[in-house]
Amino acid sequence: MSRSALATLIGAALLILSLPAFAIFTEKPLADPEQEARAQHLMREFRCLVCQNQAISESHADLAGDMRAIVRERIAAGDDNDAVRQYFIDRYGDWVLLDPPLNRKTILLWAGGGVILLVGAGLIFIRMRRSTRSGALGQTALSEAEKAELERLMREQG
Amino acid sequence: MTDSAEQGGETPSRRRTRTGLLFALIPVAAFVVIGVFLFRGLSLDPSEIYSVLIDKPAPAFDLAPLPGKEHGLATSDLTQPVQLVNVFASWCVACRVEHPLLMELKRNGTVPIYGLNYKDQPQAALNWLRNFGDPYDRIGSDLNGRVGIDFGVYGVPETFIVNGEGIIVRKITGPITPQILQKELLPLIAEMQK
Amino acid sequence: MAPELGQYALVLAILVAVVQAIVPQIGAYRRDAAWMGVAPVAARAQFLLVLFAFGCLMTSFIASDFSVVNVFENSHSLKPMIYKISGVWGNHEGSLLLWILILTLFGAAVAQFGQNLPPTLQARVLSVQAMIGVGFLAFILFTSNPFARLDPAPFEGAGLNPLLQDPALAIHPPFLYLGYVGLSVAFSFAVAALIEGRVDPAWARWVRPWTLAAWCCLTAGIALGSYWAYYELGWGGWWFWDPVENASFMPWLAATALLHSSIVVEKRDALKSWTVLLAILAFSLSLLGTFLVRSGVLNSVHAFASDPARGVFILAFLVFVVGGSLTLYAIRAPSLKGGGLFRPISREGTLVLNNLLLSTACFTVLLGTLYPLFLDAVAEEKVSVGPPYFNAVFVPLMTPLIAALAIGPMLAWKRGDLAGVMGRLKFVAAIAVLVGLGMAWYAWNVMPLAVLGFALVAWLSLGVFREWAERVRLFRWDIADSWRRATGLPRASYGMSVAHLGVALTVFGITASEAWQEEKQVFMRPGDVQTVSDFELTFVGAERLPGPNYSSLAGTFAVTRNGQPVTILQPEARTFTNPPMETTEAAIRTTLAGDLYTVVGEGDGQGGYAVRLYYKPMVIWIWLGTLAMMIGGMISLSDRRHRIGAPARKPAEAADTDRDSGALAAAGAGD
Repeated sequence: MSRSALATLIGAALLILSLPAFAIFTEKPLADPEQEARAQHLMREFRCLVCQNQAISESHADLAGDMRAIVRERIAAGDDNDAVRQYFIDRYGDWVLLDPPLNRKTILLWAGGGVILLVGAGLIFIRMRRSTRSGALGQTALSEAEKAELERLMREQG
Repeated sequence: MTDSAEQGGETPSRRRTRTGLLFALIPVAAFVVIGVFLFRGLSLDPSEIYSVLIDKPAPAFDLAPLPGKEHGLATSDLTQPVQLVNVFASWCVACRVEHPLLMELKRNGTVPIYGLNYKDQPQAALNWLRNFGDPYDRIGSDLNGRVGIDFGVYGVPETFIVNGEGIIVRKITGPITPQILQKELLPLIAEMQK
Repeated sequence: MAPELGQYALVLAILVAVVQAIVPQIGAYRRDAAWMGVAPVAARAQFLLVLFAFGCLMTSFIASDFSVVNVFENSHSLKPMIYKISGVWGNHEGSLLLWILILTLFGAAVAQFGQNLPPTLQARVLSVQAMIGVGFLAFILFTSNPFARLDPAPFEGAGLNPLLQDPALAIHPPFLYLGYVGLSVAFSFAVAALIEGRVDPAWARWVRPWTLAAWCCLTAGIALGSYWAYYELGWGGWWFWDPVENASFMPWLAATALLHSSIVVEKRDALKSWTVLLAILAFSLSLLGTFLVRSGVLNSVHAFASDPARGVFILAFLVFVVGGSLTLYAIRAPSLKGGGLFRPISREGTLVLNNLLLSTACFTVLLGTLYPLFLDAVAEEKVSVGPPYFNAVFVPLMTPLIAALAIGPMLAWKRGDLAGVMGRLKFVAAIAVLVGLGMAWYAWNVMPLAVLGFALVAWLSLGVFREWAERVRLFRWDIADSWRRATGLPRASYGMSVAHLGVALTVFGITASEAWQEEKQVFMRPGDVQTVSDFELTFVGAERLPGPNYSSLAGTFAVTRNGQPVTILQPEARTFTNPPMETTEAAIRTTLAGDLYTVVGEGDGQGGYAVRLYYKPMVIWIWLGTLAMMIGGMISLSDRRHRIGAPARKPAEAADTDRDSGALAAAGAGD
């Protein structure tokens, strides 16, 4: 499903969102290669607002082209990266950043994986300690039921 | 295997079974939480971007009129107690959908409507207005779309409701439907005009 | 006529599925052989009926019968035949029918190959399988009928989305569904085991081949989708962490964890309730993916209202299947008895680590995918969770996983000797450190992560080889003995090595292509030359060419290296009219050393064309790696020990030849 659904949706988006014709990518890079490199890098951070999870650096959408032009303009005008980011956040909100900023709204997102990892590791640690301890108490011998079970299994498979 | 666990019978193993039950409940509990959100999600629109400009002043702009028209559109024109700023273009299919409703608002004199002609060929826009009617009191021609971006426009049509102090009160993304008009827009306008 | 027959067959299929869901379940409860015997018959009948319905839909597509809504909306008489056929599953209704077809195929396969299963288990598995079938058949019949008619019939169809008119995408969904739906078998086994209240090494051995088969197909499906994105979307990217991609990646991560944890159940009779949970979760995540993709919860585009009835239906079904199975799990799991001793430094210890890291990874993908929805619902705020987030959380999780991957297979069960293993791995470690140092010197300024990446690749690939060498005693210099041991190793062991090597290759491809990619976006006029890597690309020109159902702007590059001609590359930009859309067809020169990737864009009207040129070193290794993983899975699947119902070897014999197959000895006997 994955890509095909994506593609269908991209198609739907193009038709329905009333976008102007395909962007002509007549984009002139900035003269200063270092500035252009910064611009290219920043373009990967911004979301193409009318696409599915695409950065503006990778989108044919017209709006993405305008946003690329703005990135270059701001940089040529001497903005630092944060100022360029702020420019778009002021207009489109945090949504425009593909990389969600760490703040109170996203704390769960950024911490979630770590919390699960620690909880999981903690549980495993407790289980292992418990099993080692009960092992030391000599629990390894089989109960009657287990012996019967084992015998049944051997019969079944052997 | 089940019975062997129960035959264990001693307190520690029984206690273990109880904590086991607690842990075993975690997955289903987590699923219930996710399920509630998924259900909520069915009635949310993931692609709608909430405007960050709500309760903030409209961006500063000053746009030239379409050729042959008298008025352009600038921030300083937003002086009525309530006005709509409608982002439209002749290439925009969905704009045709909401257009009759705008014409109706114009006929009834409900509210002044200002047009922001977004990334359009001026001539094409004029033809479009000539063919379908012109509901706008003023139209600014946003040729390169920068004012649109200042407004946070991402999918035309979009409509901003601006109050007398030039503050954006609400934004409607996508075409205005009769339902939105009756349920949201008209009551809001009436309220603001009081 | 065909559409009506197809629909009729689907109605019959749902009736059969209802019977198959109820009768064998009661039969298993009452130990009634006749009632249980209904299950395999019904499973086969269900499969044949759905196959017939699928054939009916395909007939309509091939005949371009536009009186069928689905054909009208997704086909066109001028379309090449292969895309008429793939158009069957290139849309919601048809792909759902394919899903059901595969579901019933697996049901029939369980009926066929599961004849050695205990009858109650088989009956219950097939009953659970049929419950899933009832849900999906009801879904298709009530909300998504692929056979709906149009009257009057239009003369021409609307056409298939051009992005879907592609060979890789034609076969991508079937593989993906084989994977998704294959996991339903593991799910049904898990639920059946919970009903029976019994999970033992034998159960794990029965589940494993189904999981392996599903996992192989899922791997292939995801890899195909990713390769398609690479050459078709025209930006050289191959994974976008899009919600739809994540929807397929989460079940894969869960299934990978399941493959490894079921080994522990099989060998050590431990981790049982966790393994059952994973089997439930893996399929639940498949269903969740279906929900996410088809309900529009994450992907809908405004004014493109997907049918809300569908979303509600799948959610209700999700609640029934996932909620029901997890509730059953909560009731039954505490009584599943865990196995004996468990030490952190042992084979099972590293497998537990593997599971911890894979499930955390799966959780972070789930969290990242659902977080925008979560925040929207709770705080009415929007946030994007894009590739930077996923990359940031994935690297720290995958690093220890890969590091452990070389050690785990060398540790003994129960009581491993880490110092000993590290001693035997010291050469491997030394080389990995050397590679790391070399890379630090060579690539630190390009991408510090490349240092880590290459060190891990060296560590893992040499570690895999070292483990094999040890098993066949390669360094004892007794060639005949080594040969005998090499041929005597179980296939599952080779499967593991090949799959693990595949991981190394994929990491290698990712690291190299990310670190040393070159990219140029420039305007070129005929005669202009650009240099990318050590290739010179001369732009010869561009012209309009007609295609079967599109017109194309084809650019031509003459590629030379050091003045010697290498190849001619002809990227295209295609313009389709039905439906109106443009696609880019990148021209790629693929070698093991790297891909030269060219895209042509529109002209400026004065003879200049916008082009994008990339050089992506070693990028093909990403997919060669996934191919190796898949082949590894298949080798393992061919191991006779994994065949369903294959008699297990006698414990004594097993213990003698390799320490891997002490399955029965591990059934609780302790040491």
